[in-house]
Amino acid sequence: MPRSVKKGPFIDYKLLAKIDKLNETNQKKIVKTWSRASTISPEFVGHTIAVHNGNKMIPVYISENMVGHKLGEFSPTRIFRGHPGTKAEKAARSK
Amino acid sequence: MARIAGIDLPKQKKAYIGLTYIYGIGQTSAKLILEKSGIDPNKKVQELTEEEVAKIRSVMTSDFKVEGSLRSEVQQNIKRLMDIGCYRGLRHRRGLPVRGQRTRTNSRTRKGKKRTVAGKKKAPGK
Repeated sequence: MPRSVKKGPFIDYKLLAKIDKLNETNQKKIVKTWSRASTISPEFVGHTIAVHNGNKMIPVYISENMVGHKLGEFSPTRIFRGHPGTKAEKAARSK
Repeated sequence: MARIAGIDLPKQKKAYIGLTYIYGIGQTSAKLILEKSGIDPNKKVQELTEEEVAKIRSVMTSDFKVEGSLRSEVQQNIKRLMDIGCYRGLRHRRGLPVRGQRTRTNSRTRKGKKRTVAGKKKAPGK
């Protein structure tokens, strides 16, 4: 079920404040965030945001097409390294 | 012969069923189209006159996206997801289910026919 329109999109307000500050001063800095649930708003476009995936910060460059998605969608939390036992996968891994 | 949007409609069927042979038209939108063009939905396709077919055509082009243009729109939406590198796009790239379904079993529609994996135990060992 989608979020109520009345509330507007959820954006971590600290993150938004940081981005606004960068926009005011025309700076481009990488902003670290753990807030994967934040919606990408138009103000974010052109910035690089480092989104935590539970292990590392994944730098995400925000383009116009990404507006409306959530930050977490761009920072995968699982790495698929192939199934155990398949030879082709093993050969690829040892490279 | 009723030919709409590059599709030959089945002659024997009722108009509102016949229209569903077009990609992008289901029963609801078929009924809407017929209502808007003032045709009895239960009339058979072969009984439709040329004017009625023309009317259906004009209503459909003005209100609905069908066949080729609809297919390309769907493809574009998928391509956009793949290009921005979001989770849904990655799932499309790998040909796995996109909406969080399980993949331990099932999801054969997305994964295609079973490929037997060497070394996989038949009975669950653990």
